[in-house]
Amino acid sequence: MCSGRVDLEFVLRAFSNGMDGVFIGGCRLNECNYITHGNYDALNMVLLCRKIMEHIGLNPERLRIEFMSSAEGILFAEVMSEFGNKVKELGPLGKVEGIDQNELKSKLAEIRKLVPYIKVVKNEKLASHLVNPEDYDKLFTKDEIDRLFSEVISYYIDPEKCQACMICAKRCPVEAIISAKNQVHVIDQEKCIKCGTCFEACPTKFGAVTKITGGPVPPPIPEEKRTIVRKGKEKGGTEWHLSGYQEITN
Amino acid sequence: MAAIILSPGHEPFDPKVGHEYGYGRMQNVVTSMDYERLMCSTGPYEGEILRASDKKHPHRIAWIQCVGSRQVNPPSGNSYCSAVCCTYTQKQVILTKEHDAEAECTIFHNDIRSFGKDFERFYERAEGLPGIRFIRSYVSIGREIPESKNVTIRYSTPDDGVKEEEFDMVVLSVGLNPPADAKGLARKFGIELNPHDFCKVNPVNPMETTRPGIFVSGAFQCPTDIPESVFSASGAGSQCGELLDYRRGKLAKERVYPPERDVSKEEPRIGVFVCHCGANIGRIVNVPETVEYCRTLPNVVYAQEQLFSCATNCAKEITDMTKEKGLNRVIVAACSPRTLEPLFRDTVREAGLNQYYYEMANIREHCSWVHPKEKGEATEKAKDIIRMSVARACHLAPLQEIDLPVNKAALVVGGGIAGMTCALSVANQGHEVHLVERERDLGGTARGIYHTLEGLDVQAYLRDLVHKVYQNPLIHVYTDATVTGAAGYVGNFVTSVKSERGVTEIKHGATVIAVGADLYKPTEYLYGEDGRVMTHLELEEQINKGNEKVINAESLVMIQCVGCRNEDRNYCSRICCSESIKNALKLKEINPEMDIYILFRDMRTYGFSEDYYLEAADKDVKFIRYEPQDKPEVKAGESEEGRPVLKVTAPDDILGMKVEIDADVVALAAAIIPSAGSKEVSRLFKVALGADGFFQEAHVKLRPVEFAADGVYLCGIAHYPKLISEAINQAYGAAGRVLTLLSHDTVIASGSVCEVDEKECMGCGACISACTYGAIEFRETRQGKKAVVNPVLCKGDGLCNAKCPTGAIQLKHFSDEEILAQIDAVAEAA
Repeated sequence: MCSGRVDLEFVLRAFSNGMDGVFIGGCRLNECNYITHGNYDALNMVLLCRKIMEHIGLNPERLRIEFMSSAEGILFAEVMSEFGNKVKELGPLGKVEGIDQNELKSKLAEIRKLVPYIKVVKNEKLASHLVNPEDYDKLFTKDEIDRLFSEVISYYIDPEKCQACMICAKRCPVEAIISAKNQVHVIDQEKCIKCGTCFEACPTKFGAVTKITGGPVPPPIPEEKRTIVRKGKEKGGTEWHLSGYQEITN
Repeated sequence: MAAIILSPGHEPFDPKVGHEYGYGRMQNVVTSMDYERLMCSTGPYEGEILRASDKKHPHRIAWIQCVGSRQVNPPSGNSYCSAVCCTYTQKQVILTKEHDAEAECTIFHNDIRSFGKDFERFYERAEGLPGIRFIRSYVSIGREIPESKNVTIRYSTPDDGVKEEEFDMVVLSVGLNPPADAKGLARKFGIELNPHDFCKVNPVNPMETTRPGIFVSGAFQCPTDIPESVFSASGAGSQCGELLDYRRGKLAKERVYPPERDVSKEEPRIGVFVCHCGANIGRIVNVPETVEYCRTLPNVVYAQEQLFSCATNCAKEITDMTKEKGLNRVIVAACSPRTLEPLFRDTVREAGLNQYYYEMANIREHCSWVHPKEKGEATEKAKDIIRMSVARACHLAPLQEIDLPVNKAALVVGGGIAGMTCALSVANQGHEVHLVERERDLGGTARGIYHTLEGLDVQAYLRDLVHKVYQNPLIHVYTDATVTGAAGYVGNFVTSVKSERGVTEIKHGATVIAVGADLYKPTEYLYGEDGRVMTHLELEEQINKGNEKVINAESLVMIQCVGCRNEDRNYCSRICCSESIKNALKLKEINPEMDIYILFRDMRTYGFSEDYYLEAADKDVKFIRYEPQDKPEVKAGESEEGRPVLKVTAPDDILGMKVEIDADVVALAAAIIPSAGSKEVSRLFKVALGADGFFQEAHVKLRPVEFAADGVYLCGIAHYPKLISEAINQAYGAAGRVLTLLSHDTVIASGSVCEVDEKECMGCGACISACTYGAIEFRETRQGKKAVVNPVLCKGDGLCNAKCPTGAIQLKHFSDEEILAQIDAVAEAA
C-alpha cells in the first residue's frame, strides 16, 4: 500500500470521529522505489482536503502531509513533535474555529456524502503531478471549491418521460434507483452518489434523467402513483400512458 | 560428502589471562559480554543493570577498550584489532543511557575504529549524549575500594598528567579470540591456520581454506561484524552450490501445511499475543495490563503475553493456542511487520488458517522505542494500536497468492571484481549471466590497484578473472554499455542495454547491482595545483611505475581522511588507512631511508591489518594525529638547504606544539564516494540510496546483499567502501542469494492485489489512468464497460482504490472496510 492509497474519506472520517489533527507520511517526492509515484496523488488529495476544510471553516493546518525516507528517523521525530504541538495549540476540533459541534458534525457528514461526487468531478486534478512546489497552492482555488459545493449536481428521473425500462437501475453502481417493471423509476437521493451513470445510461429517445445544478430536487412521486398504464400495442411502436403523472397534472 | 563449511565463530578474550584488569578478583569489573547479559531481559537481573556487589544501579561506568586486542606483548592478548569492540561499546553506552538517563559513561580508548557502514554517525551519536566522555588514554586498573567495592582507574591526561578516578563499574571491552581448540579443528579437517590461529584463507577467495571443498564463513575468517559474516555465509553457500549444482533439489521436500479451515462463515474469534521483545517493549509498555485490556475488546476470545513471540517455542505456542481456542484471527502485538510478518503468517498457516487472517500490531518501533520516557502513555498507545488491529482483523478475508514463473538468467550491472566474481559464481551453477560494464574494459576500481596489503598481485589476479569471465560460455559481456531502461519484477525483469552490440533487450529473473564507486577529487591541500600532491591511489600508481621523484623522495607525507568524516560526507572510507600503510611499507622496502609521515585522525587498520600498522611503526614511519578542527596545512616553500619542498604543518599532541615537515611528495587519502552513475541506476532499478549516497541494503545486519525490492541484489563498493577480499566475500554472498531465487521455478506474488466488484463499477476509468503498471483494463459487459484487474501485474499500491468514486475497486487486505474500521477504532479510546 502506497501513500496514494489514502482516501479523502479516510481523512474526513477521522475528523468526523473527533480527531483534532491528521498526519500523512509519504516517501520523498520523485524517489519512488517503483514507478507509482503515488505520493503526488496523496499530496493532491491533501491539497483538496485542506481547501474543503477552509470551506467549512476548519483550520487546514490540522491536516499535514510530509515526505521523507525510511533513513530519516530524526526528521520524522522532529516533524511529529512539531505537528503534535501545533495540534495541541489549535485545541479541540472546531473550538478555536468557533464552529458549533453539531453544526460541524452535520457539515462533515454532508461533505463525506459528496466524496464520490468530488472524485468524479475532480478526477483529473487529483491525478495530476505537480513539478513545481509553487503550483501546489494553485491546484484547487477557493472559488473552485465554493462552486463545487454551491453547484452540486443532482439527478432526477422525470416521471413523465420514464418508460420503466430498468436500464438505469441495472447500471446504477450503488443500487440507488427504486425500480420495478411498469413502475416509474425513482432515484433515492439519500443513496445516490451523483456519479451520473443513470444520466449516461438512459436511452436518448427517452431522455428521462435530468441533471439539476445547484437547485433542489423535486420530491419523488408517491409510491402508489408510479404504475404505468399501457394503452396497448400499435403499429410502428409502443405508446405509453402514464396514469400517475396525469393525476398529478390534472 | 562433497563440501564442508566451517563456521565455528570466535571465543571472547578471557581477561583473567595476566590478571592485570582485576577481572575475577573485583566484583564490579565485568567484561563486555557480561555487560551484554546484564542489559538483556533474560539476563541475571531481568534487564536491570545492577552491580554484583550490592545489587545497586551503577551510576559512573567506565569502558576500557582494546582488552586483549592490539597488544604488543603476547601475554596480554592478541596483536590484531578485533574490529567490532569500538562500535559495540558505543551501542552499550547508548543503551545504558536509555536505561538510566543520568548515567555517566567514560570510554578509555585508543583509535576509534568506526569504519563500518553508518558507524561514524553512530559514534557521533554516542559521543553527543550528555554525560559521556571519550578519553584517549592507556589505562591501568588501580584498586578496589573495600567499603564501596568501587574500582579506580589510572589514566593520563594531556593537561594534568596521570589521574586516578573512581567508578561504580568497569566494563572490559574484550576482543575476539580464535574459536576454542582451533588447532584441533584444523587437525581434524586437515586445514591450515594463520599465525593468529584463525583459518588460513585464500586471499582471492577468503571463504576457501587450504583444503579444496572445505569452506569457512564468519569470524573464523578473521574478527568480523555481522554483515561481513552474512556475506561469507551466503558466499560459502554459493561455492558449495558450484560444487554440488548437479545434485540441487534432490533432497528437498516440499513443505506441507495442514488444510485451510474455512472460517468465512464464523464470527471473528480473535487471539492477541503481546510480545515483551525481551526488554524492548516490556520495559516501557506494561504488557500484563495490555493483555488484560485486550481481553475486554470485542471479538477477542484469547490474549496472552510472550517474552519473544518470534522464538521457536513461542511461535509454536501461537500455533497451538490458535488450534486449541478455535481462533480464526491472530494478532501478534510486537515489532514491525517488515521483519517478522512472514514468520507469523507461517505460524498461522501451521494452525490451518489462511495466512491473511494474521494481523501485526507494531508496539515496538511505533511505540516503546519512540516513547522510552513516557511509560504510562506508551502503554495507552499500545492499547490504541492493538484496538485498531482488532477492529481491522474482524474484516480480514482469506486471500490466495499467485505463482509467477522465474526466468533463469541473471543480470549483473558492473564489471569490477565484485560483478565478475558474482557473475562467475552464478554461471558456474548453470545459469546464464548478462554482465554489463560501463567502460571499455572489465576490472573497475581494481584496475588502479597493484598490490594488496598482504602482497597479492592484483593485476595478475584481475587478468585471470577477466579471462575466466570471457571463457565462460554462460556469461555474456556487454562493454561500453549503459542501461537505458529497466522494467518487470522479481523473476521477470526486462532490461534494455545499449552497448557496442547495439540495443539489447535482456530478460532475466535476478538483478545484481555492482556498479562500484568513485574516488573523491580533492580540492584541498594544493591538489590539482601542485604536481607533488597526489591521491593515495595515484601514489600507488607512481610507486608501481617506479617514478623516481616519488621513490627517491627524501620525505613523504600522507594525510588521511581527505573528503570524508566531515559534514559533507559523514562516513569513514574504511580502506584508506590500510592503503596508506601499504604504500608506506612499499616505499620503505624500496627506499628505507625515506622519511614517511602519516597524519591521521584515527588509524583504522582493523583486523589483521593491525600487524602492518605495527610493522610500519617499527620501520620508523612516523604517525602524527590531528583533530578535524586543526587540520594540517600544505604550502609550497623551500627547505633550509634551499630544496623546493612542500611545507606541511601539523599539530602534534604528544609534543604539544606544531611540527613543520619538509615533504617532497604529499599523498592524500581521498575518500571513496558513490559512483556518479548511482542515482541513475537507483532510479532505473527502483532501489534506494542511503544517506551517504551508497546503495541501501534491505537490512544493515541481516540482509546486507539484497535490496528491499525483491530479486535485486547488491555487492562490492557500490554498497560501501571495502577491501578487495571483502568485496569478494560479498560478491559470492550476492551470488548465493541469486541462486536461492533462480533455483526455484516459481516465485509467489502477494495476495494483496486489487479486485473489482463489477456491479459497483460505473466504468469511469479513473482506476485505469491511476494505474502505472497497466494492470487494469476495460471489459465490455451487458451493463457497459467494466474495469478488470490483472492480478499478476498489480503491485498492490492501491492508487486506483483511492480514485474510485464508488469503491468498486478494492485493494485486498487494505480495503476501505478494513482501514475505516481502524480509523474508527482510534476514536474509541479506552
